[in-house]
Amino acid sequence: MRTETDDIIQSSDEHPGELPESLAPDEHPTVLPPEFAVNKRRGQWAEVWRRLRKNRTAMFGLAVVLLIVFTAIFADVIAPYSYRTQNLDRIAEAPGRDHLLGTDDLGRDILSRIIFGARVSLQVGFIAVSISIVLGGTLGAIAGYYGGRIDNVIMRIMDVLLAIPSILLAIAIVSAFGGGIVNVMIAVGISYIPVYARIVKASFISIKEQEFIEAARAVGARDGRIIVRHILPNSLAPIIVQGTLGVATAILSAAGLSFIGLGIQPPTPEWGAMLSSGRHLIRSAWHVATFPGLAIMLTIFALNLLGDGLRDALDPRLKQ
Amino acid sequence: MHRYILRRLFLLIPVMFGVSLVVFTIMFFTPGDPAKLMLGERAPEAEVAALRAQMGLDDPFPVQFGRFIYNAVRGDLGRSLVTRRPVFQELYARFPATLQLAAAGVLVAVVMGIPIGILSATRQYSAFDAASMGIALVGVSMPNFWQGMMMILLFSVTLGVFPSSGYGTIRHLVMPALTIGTSTAAIITRMTRSSMLEVVRQDYIRTARAKGLSESVVINRHALKNALIPIVTVIGLQFGYLLGGAVLTESIFSWPGVGRLMVDAIRQKDYPVVQGGVLLLALTFSVVNLGVDILYAYIDPRIKAQYK
Amino acid sequence: MAERLLEIENLRVEYHTDDGVVTAVDNLKLHLNKGQTLGLVGETGAGKTTTALSIMRLVPAPPGRIVSGTVRFRDEDLLKKRIDDIKKIRGNKISMIFQDPMTSLNPVLTIGFQIEEAVMLHQGLDRKAARRRAAEMLRLVGIPAEREGDYPHEFSGGMRQRVGIAMALSCNPELLIADEPTTALDVTIQAQVLELMKRLREQFSTSMLLITHDLGVVAEVCDHVAIMYAGTIVEYADVTTLFTNPRHPYTRGLFGSIPSLDEEVTRLKPITGLMPDPTALPSGCRFHPRCPMAGEICSSRIPQVTELDNDHSVHCMIYEGLVPGYEE
Repeated sequence: MRTETDDIIQSSDEHPGELPESLAPDEHPTVLPPEFAVNKRRGQWAEVWRRLRKNRTAMFGLAVVLLIVFTAIFADVIAPYSYRTQNLDRIAEAPGRDHLLGTDDLGRDILSRIIFGARVSLQVGFIAVSISIVLGGTLGAIAGYYGGRIDNVIMRIMDVLLAIPSILLAIAIVSAFGGGIVNVMIAVGISYIPVYARIVKASFISIKEQEFIEAARAVGARDGRIIVRHILPNSLAPIIVQGTLGVATAILSAAGLSFIGLGIQPPTPEWGAMLSSGRHLIRSAWHVATFPGLAIMLTIFALNLLGDGLRDALDPRLKQ
Repeated sequence: MHRYILRRLFLLIPVMFGVSLVVFTIMFFTPGDPAKLMLGERAPEAEVAALRAQMGLDDPFPVQFGRFIYNAVRGDLGRSLVTRRPVFQELYARFPATLQLAAAGVLVAVVMGIPIGILSATRQYSAFDAASMGIALVGVSMPNFWQGMMMILLFSVTLGVFPSSGYGTIRHLVMPALTIGTSTAAIITRMTRSSMLEVVRQDYIRTARAKGLSESVVINRHALKNALIPIVTVIGLQFGYLLGGAVLTESIFSWPGVGRLMVDAIRQKDYPVVQGGVLLLALTFSVVNLGVDILYAYIDPRIKAQYK
Repeated sequence: MAERLLEIENLRVEYHTDDGVVTAVDNLKLHLNKGQTLGLVGETGAGKTTTALSIMRLVPAPPGRIVSGTVRFRDEDLLKKRIDDIKKIRGNKISMIFQDPMTSLNPVLTIGFQIEEAVMLHQGLDRKAARRRAAEMLRLVGIPAEREGDYPHEFSGGMRQRVGIAMALSCNPELLIADEPTTALDVTIQAQVLELMKRLREQFSTSMLLITHDLGVVAEVCDHVAIMYAGTIVEYADVTTLFTNPRHPYTRGLFGSIPSLDEEVTRLKPITGLMPDPTALPSGCRFHPRCPMAGEICSSRIPQVTELDNDHSVHCMIYEGLVPGYEE
């Protein structure tokens, strides 16, 4: 943490006033660092969008993510069957004309369950990340803005949480309070709090020293207002990037919980649980476990493409 | 340096205390009565009450937690509600298998990730670069439990080259290690590439080239050591992920480690085992991260200077 | 006539960036005689460093590309050589001192080793002999030999630049390229380092290309001076001629922007305007938008070289007789 602020202080001192001014040391042409000043915000987001649009893989990721969101919203219309209709005469049937991706161990249509499963996974992913961002972000903001003792206490708590591998923490929470979609969201959300607390704290520390914050303080703005109106918008970039990648991680964690029977309970069509139910059929009916896994992979892949693209678009300094 | 290590070891104490508090609290508020669990649903109410009293389950939270810490420090993590054996012994018996799996996973990840990352960086924008980055992204996106099942499908069911479960030989280790190491390999590949790309733009690399050094010396001697610092950090953090991933991977391959023990314990609501398992893995993770911090000093003399 | 060590002709280097093609160096012509020191002077972005890197074939590619030209070093065109042969010259026959000593030494290798590795590579010395050589070089630049096992972060900026000098001279090069070697240093240290370079250059009888934006440094160290503007040389002369009889309006402007102790000047006369945007260089003479003497023709025609007396050349329409000149 400390080194980051040091860097910022140093970089502003890089060019001490020298005479004659026009004869400064030779430099290579570099990309200008983005100015995250508040009054440039709208133009800056337009610029980010322009850069993102030029990134073909990121746009592909965005398209796939939107497609999955669309599928989730209109699952009732798109899915050929209900996700819960069992047909015990047609158990674990291979992919065919009636069931494009085959049926599962209870004779349910796998394609339909994957389509409805998109709803569950996306909900879990987005809500869990929202929980992490709100809680972690608040803690990080308080620590970064006030510093001192509060900062110390908060960050020590975060150290404790970081010492527990996040999936283990989620497992502990869910095993104690039971599965179900709400508990999974909470468990996964809590387990990633430290990640966002650190990010937000770091960007708060670097931003709060800047001049426009000093200016706001000088005209008598209150702490809450400074945080919400001035600092928060300027620390959005890293949160957005981490959040996008975080949705992917959260979906994976939730699927993992369901896989070991701790997560979302049947008959809710969750991808990890579907995979799990195909586990004992792996020798006789490969498709039961394969397709839900592919669905997870495609979703995570698309979110990662989008997240990487957003990072490049938001921070052109990182791009070669 | 020694003082630094001692200080860091000392700092582990409050962190582990915190971890214990978190885990103990979660387990404390778990619905369900352990005494009833041990005696069975149909046990007489009086017997259950007696056992509760004997186990100290009626004491207030601080007393119970204090007792837990007091015992834990002496290596007593309580007894399994199911097997009645000490949790410490249960964990101790299975810990080597988990360490073996995690270490094999890290090895797979490092052996694959670092060379591919370097090649990608030195051939930026080449077909090799594009292909390995694409594959790495797939590797990151694959749920490892699904990958494990697909590997069983391919290598055990279809080709019959590796056993789908069991423990003891290298052949048993291959698939679990690949399963647990793939996403870490992918992350290390990406990290190595970006770190190398960052480093090769530095002035001192230009200085090295200006000396007339061959490209391989520039990369391996001058760039790699500098690029390793963020890579080592990632390896340390990933180790925690591997320990967590062991829970899933072990249950797929019936690997007799702490992870599988925990999954079974969760099913049976055997909370002292779950609690002990989380504590053990968290402690392992913290010790590994301490090791990583010490490793920095050997890579970067500037960090070594700070440790004094 | 003195023996030519380095002769650059027609050099053109481009950088391909997201914002378009930047011509960093264009139509550059330059020569350096054996045993002499040539100062290459210009503003930020004039292309001085790119020129130096072109000689070493170190222009980062991509985005950079040497489009055309010849760089003759001892009658061999460096731009036509295979990269393996260039590596035998780099650090050996031609070596370079970089601008920022804080970033140009490898932080994870000892300074002794960073000197030794060049010596071992080019002079075929074994480890022990290389260590002796490194110790000797360190002593020459005023660093105790015992410190060879220390890392760069244990030295100050000035000391690091001494290490850079020791490294560059360790193989006894014929040409030393120094890219703003004192710019990043404190003023008091600047003089010491400059003095050291001057002394060692003579001791090693090395020719030197000194890149700088500081005319004071030029006056102190150089035999000849090339003034660079927007990627090309606008005036070339020996140092006395240049200081007493500058011809190009840009050169004159440079002298106008330096405070002088000898004269009572009420006001400096800086050159008006800014360096042109490198992605959109002006047509004709690159300097014409800022030139007080510019005529109509200056925006449409590229000035040719005019050879004045005594190895003094200038690229300006005035001396081609196409634009009215100064009244003298």
